[in-house]
Amino acid sequence: MEQIQNIEGLQLTPDLFEPLSEAEKNSEFIAAAPRTYLSDAWHRFKENKLALCGLVFLLIMVVMAIVVPMLSPYSYEQMDYGAINLLPCTEHPMGTDKFGRDIFVRVMYGARISLLIGFSSAFICLVIGVVYGGFSGYIGGKVDMVLMRIVDILYAIPNLLIVILIMLVFGSNVGSIMIGICLTSWIGMARLVRAQVMSLKEQEFALAAYVLGASTPRILFKHLIINCMGSIIVNVTLLVPSAIFTEAFLSFVGIGISAPAASWGTLANEARTLIESSNPIQIIWPILAICLTMLSLNFIGDGVSDAFDPKKK
Amino acid sequence: MSLLEIKNLTTSFSTEQGSVQAVRGISLAVDQGEIVGIVGESGSGKSQSMYSVMGLLSENGRVEEGSILFDGKEISPKYFDGNEKAYEKYMESIRGNTLSMIFQDPMSFLNPVLTIEKQLVEPLKNHRKIPAAELHQRAVELLTQVGIPSPEERLKQYPHQLSGGMRQRVIIAIALACTPKMIIADEPTTALDVTIQAKIIELIKELKEKTGSGVILITHDLGVVASACSRIYIMYGGKIVETGLADEIFYSPQHPYTQGLLACVNNPESDNELQPIPGSPPDLISPPAGCPFVDRCSQAMKICKQYMPREKRLSETHGVSCWLTEKGGI
Amino acid sequence: MLRYTLKRLAVGVLTLAALATITFFLMKIIPGSPFGGELAQLSPEVREMLYAQYNLDKSIPEQFFIYIRNAITGDFGESMTRKGTAVATIISRCLPATMKLGFAAFVTAIVVGVLLGVIAAFTKQRWVENLVMFFATIGVSVPSFLYAIMLMIVFGVVLGWLPIIGLKTPLHYIMPAFSLALYPISMITRLVRSSMKEVMKQDYIVLAKSKGTPTGRIILGHALKNCLIPVVTYAGPLLAFLITGSFVIENLFSIPGIGSEFVNSVTNRDYTMIMALTILFGSFIIVVNILTDMLVAFIDPRVKLDKKSA
Repeated sequence: MEQIQNIEGLQLTPDLFEPLSEAEKNSEFIAAAPRTYLSDAWHRFKENKLALCGLVFLLIMVVMAIVVPMLSPYSYEQMDYGAINLLPCTEHPMGTDKFGRDIFVRVMYGARISLLIGFSSAFICLVIGVVYGGFSGYIGGKVDMVLMRIVDILYAIPNLLIVILIMLVFGSNVGSIMIGICLTSWIGMARLVRAQVMSLKEQEFALAAYVLGASTPRILFKHLIINCMGSIIVNVTLLVPSAIFTEAFLSFVGIGISAPAASWGTLANEARTLIESSNPIQIIWPILAICLTMLSLNFIGDGVSDAFDPKKK
Repeated sequence: MSLLEIKNLTTSFSTEQGSVQAVRGISLAVDQGEIVGIVGESGSGKSQSMYSVMGLLSENGRVEEGSILFDGKEISPKYFDGNEKAYEKYMESIRGNTLSMIFQDPMSFLNPVLTIEKQLVEPLKNHRKIPAAELHQRAVELLTQVGIPSPEERLKQYPHQLSGGMRQRVIIAIALACTPKMIIADEPTTALDVTIQAKIIELIKELKEKTGSGVILITHDLGVVASACSRIYIMYGGKIVETGLADEIFYSPQHPYTQGLLACVNNPESDNELQPIPGSPPDLISPPAGCPFVDRCSQAMKICKQYMPREKRLSETHGVSCWLTEKGGI
Repeated sequence: MLRYTLKRLAVGVLTLAALATITFFLMKIIPGSPFGGELAQLSPEVREMLYAQYNLDKSIPEQFFIYIRNAITGDFGESMTRKGTAVATIISRCLPATMKLGFAAFVTAIVVGVLLGVIAAFTKQRWVENLVMFFATIGVSVPSFLYAIMLMIVFGVVLGWLPIIGLKTPLHYIMPAFSLALYPISMITRLVRSSMKEVMKQDYIVLAKSKGTPTGRIILGHALKNCLIPVVTYAGPLLAFLITGSFVIENLFSIPGIGSEFVNSVTNRDYTMIMALTILFGSFIIVVNILTDMLVAFIDPRVKLDKKSA
């Protein structure tokens, strides 16, 4: 049997054998302070240093994207032929381009467009995908089959075709890029939500809610969607960078945002012609901005998916 | 000499919240041809102590102290002088060979993408030099032995095509493949229907008779051990609180926890109502200084809170760790 | 199995028909015409002749039925911007280069990705895992046109080791294939590592260990097959994506491929080219999806093909 500890030399006195009062016991011991699902995930997210750095960088980027174009003495389209292709200096922290436009302001203006497109299209995809996939999975049967065949057809249309068609119909602006991106990328979200809802609705708690007389939308959103929130949030953190990528790609190719407006893609494209010329440093800034933002988003995405992984408690 | 002899085994797991002391210095012994039960609720350390013996602890688990003597050889990792490779190599040579384990959950312990045959013959491939043609024959025999009808067809199937009871039988057949000297059965019936539970226990008893192996039966169900085990260890909070022959445990339980456990079992011969034990098991990150059961014990005394009770031998076979046994002496 | 395949193919053909219909009408709402500026300079008779030649003088539904009737017989018409050249001819000229490049990138991505993922999952050296995962994260954070430009500058311009333009020799494939493959390599590395780690925690791995099976054989015999399932689901669409070409990469490396042909046809409103290429890409996606599902079912016996099919 076990090694006897604390025993040698112990004087056994009758008072030691007095009954222990209820107050001296802590019988309902709770191992850890109860935390809600979200605050628990946030707690684990905070532990991930890279993800936290990414979040801080992204917040700084958002604030700068809002504030810099407002406060700067230069505007993104203001040309100054007296100061073209300048190297970084005190007046122009990132230098100027071949038209004498301030690159810092243009990169920050580009951040506005790229981040706006990234976040809003991710949000729109989230709403459409969750509602469509949720209903498809919950109702099931014939409705599900029809809804899923529609998704299959949309999935088979090359993404680029949809995006370019939309841009040609509605013109080259932020709105049509967003519509184009949303039309193609909500499908993944819808499929994910459908699959999750289909497996969750078989479980007892959904049946319990049904037996208690909860309405269909209530069961769907209050019980089922909440339970697949983790994978939905992880998917959103993937949608944001992919939307930014798509915009950068379109603008880089020359069918996205048109001059003089600037996004990171157009800036990289403009600067591409300068690689072998006088001022190759110009291409560095938009590239740096896009890469660092993407890196932050990916670190955040990793952090979020770890934080929501139920097995990592 | 006993087939398996564990002395002062201590196992802990490092977690974000701190080090969890799952097993806190337990000692037990099992002889050839006997079935010994380890009973306790979940989190009492009963499974983790046996995973320590098998060397199957998850990555954050570690055997801190103690000796594990199996078949005359010391197999505690620390006796391999920190030489992890040598330890792994030796354990690989005995696992599934002379020492094997039957697992708890028939749903998750079989590989979903491999056929039953492939998983069944693996221990034979690892430890016995058997020609391929005979392997198949052995697989058929093993399935027949654990009572699976039409074994030829079953061998070609995948785990999801079998029922829970069938899968549990396959897991038992895997453990038996090399006719081990020692079988550790970790809650082999918990996930099964009551009718199948009894059959599985019968099967284990039968196989022990045939092969003469020593068996450890881990369970939280006193009903299961009553029908199968000759000796029983009761575990609570990472410690063994009472041990004895089955009769001693059932007819004169000394530890309040054992008494509580028995009160939870439905006894058809008495009209007593079932008595649940209030409270929950202790926090093993900062385990209590005294008796682990003190906070739930109806007869707790001041001393229980401060000092760990020593084991008192009531007979050759019956031992209990409880201060109540010392009360009369004062 | 055969019944399943036929069923899936039938659904695929229906999907293609729907796809063709949607694209046809969608395309017609784009403002502008394939003849662009030159139209104004043409005399009314010539214009009418041109319109008649491409059936543009008929109503849109009529045009659609004529198109479908011809398409079923395998006639996809003539390009509208390059008059006198059949669409089929252009495609058969451009497709091989793109497909070869796509396959090269695909094979590279799978082989390197799985290898790096397995290394990252099992290495005992913490820094090796961190290094691989750091590069894999950078890999998914940088757009492919940036890789392409950087590779071109370093290996093409500064070092001068690799040719920059075209696809003449195997050497020409290295840079464009790598530019295409870097993103999927990173994705697959991350995928394999995380799914490998997940699989190794499963109960059936514990059971395999309890049989005395050595770690190496556990990885190859028990874990790899399970962890390939997510890789296959990712690799299917990837293949369809890679063999339909990338406009940017083909543009940057001056490769006459199908990807740039597609973007050009959309911006030039070359209706016949758009239709033919959409149907081609659509059928690639459909076929690849069927193959992916069959492969997953082959690896994972729990997936029942007949039940899942439409």
